[in-house]
Amino acid sequence: MANLNSSIIDRPSDLPEPTKIAKKKSWVPTILIAISFIYLGLVLLIPAANVFVTAFSKGFSPILAAVQRPDFQNAIKLTVSLAVIALPLNTIFGLSAAWAIARNKFPGKALLLSIIDLPFSISPVVAGLMIVLLYGRLGWFGSWLESNDIKIVFAFPGMLLATIFVSMPFIAREVIPVLDEMGTDQEEAARTLGANDWQIFWRVVVPNIRWGLLYGLVLTNARAMGEFGAVSVVSGNIASKTQSLPLFVEETYKQYETEVAYSASVLLALLAVVTLILKEILERRTSKAQK
Amino acid sequence: MVTTPSAITNRKQRSNPFLKLLGKIPWTWVITFTYLAFLLILPIAALLTKAATEPLESFWKTATSPLALSSYEITFVTAFAAAAVNGIFGTLIAWVLVRYEFFGKRFLEAVVDLPFALPTAVAGLTLATVYSEKGWIGSMVAPFGIKIAFTRIGVWIAMMFISLPFIVRTVQPVLTELEKEIEEAAWSLGASKLQTFIQVILPPLTPAILTGVALGFSRAVGEYGSTVIIASNTPFRDLITPILIFQRLEQYDYVGATVLGTVMLGISFVSLLAINLLQAWSKRYG
Repeated sequence: MANLNSSIIDRPSDLPEPTKIAKKKSWVPTILIAISFIYLGLVLLIPAANVFVTAFSKGFSPILAAVQRPDFQNAIKLTVSLAVIALPLNTIFGLSAAWAIARNKFPGKALLLSIIDLPFSISPVVAGLMIVLLYGRLGWFGSWLESNDIKIVFAFPGMLLATIFVSMPFIAREVIPVLDEMGTDQEEAARTLGANDWQIFWRVVVPNIRWGLLYGLVLTNARAMGEFGAVSVVSGNIASKTQSLPLFVEETYKQYETEVAYSASVLLALLAVVTLILKEILERRTSKAQK
Repeated sequence: MVTTPSAITNRKQRSNPFLKLLGKIPWTWVITFTYLAFLLILPIAALLTKAATEPLESFWKTATSPLALSSYEITFVTAFAAAAVNGIFGTLIAWVLVRYEFFGKRFLEAVVDLPFALPTAVAGLTLATVYSEKGWIGSMVAPFGIKIAFTRIGVWIAMMFISLPFIVRTVQPVLTELEKEIEEAAWSLGASKLQTFIQVILPPLTPAILTGVALGFSRAVGEYGSTVIIASNTPFRDLITPILIFQRLEQYDYVGATVLGTVMLGISFVSLLAINLLQAWSKRYG
């Protein structure tokens, strides 16, 4: 095996085992892997570890004390309510859009896909601004809303609109490729056998797209619960009333209540950890299903 | 059951009269378009019409005020620097994840998506702590007179944090598809590892890397949550445009906010177009 080292010209005799050639210079992978770990460490891992280390640096008592605070409890309630309403609405939209796009050929299909992606490229602050301009006191619907005593901006409905806006594209994006992959054979077979649209949807489509759909739901939920910029613009950030958990983190940090800020952060970081674990599991399922 | 086949033929025959089609629009379309119209198009229209009521001259004056210009420069240059650095390290990480087996690979694979999952307010809080003068990393560079948190460097770090997964996740699938045989052919023809990388691997990868960088850039430009916490938000030093828009709104300067928001929206459209073109380009390789 010594001649393996020598030169490329010896290669023909070694060709049956090409992997050995790659294994030879084993220091290159090691260095690249080390660089990856260092870079991810500096940018992601150390900051992420810091959330838990700082939050638990004095044990559980600061967190237990923070959880007693009514403004903290309200922030949790608000964040959960936002996600609980935004999720089903975005699911209905995401499935309809995915179906319309994946199962039809029409001019402007690429354009429609880009439009659905727009919330990803619009700055959350601009998204919030748009909602203020539409429903705020001086906005399009402002005077009508005011005369009917409906409050959208600086209230829950505005925050909900902002949350829906920023988390809109995820489900369609995850489901479209699965529908494309799946093809229409099974649906057509079901149709010839006399199934109606509803039966086809529940018995043929849903079982096929379930992992992709769940994956989209996980991403939508993470974004809905974690959104800061857009919600911040429309909320007015009124403690115990329009303060979602991410807003609560910023507010307490600004008030030098660092311990409380970290207690709230730990909750959101746990949400992120759960999201990543689910994502891993679902990714594996989807790739298996596609094989 | 009679209507179903005819609905299919209707969809296939584009020449059908418009009115006939209108009665048979599938409900999926109705939901899709109603939802998009009310929740996406209407807000954009509100912004654009508000901007249009502003005379062009004063629009231009507000959009190019010294503070606005400085905020664009800080936003775009910093976002570009963050996306470009991630273009290099993100590609490297994608390479490591696709080509090597090592201890902790699955962990690394999952952790790359952390910026998608971690709320940006938490990211800003922890980055501001870790990179502050007393923080784990900040205290290591402080003796050299380098301040990270509450400066433009901090904004850059936050932008790197949020844009990293876009590059890794765009490059990774293309790299997986790349046929190893071509590389092996290049080696056996006498090319060095570096030559193989630059002349064989990099060209088909370039569109994907550029797409990832564009996606990351577009995300970093609009970022608010993490940047507002890690920056000192001092005008002309580290005040980025999204934060300036927020401050304008806090001062009830709706016109100022609208003008800056329109500029940002224009940038979003341009980057979306660029990303689409880049993706079309990379598909030719796939």
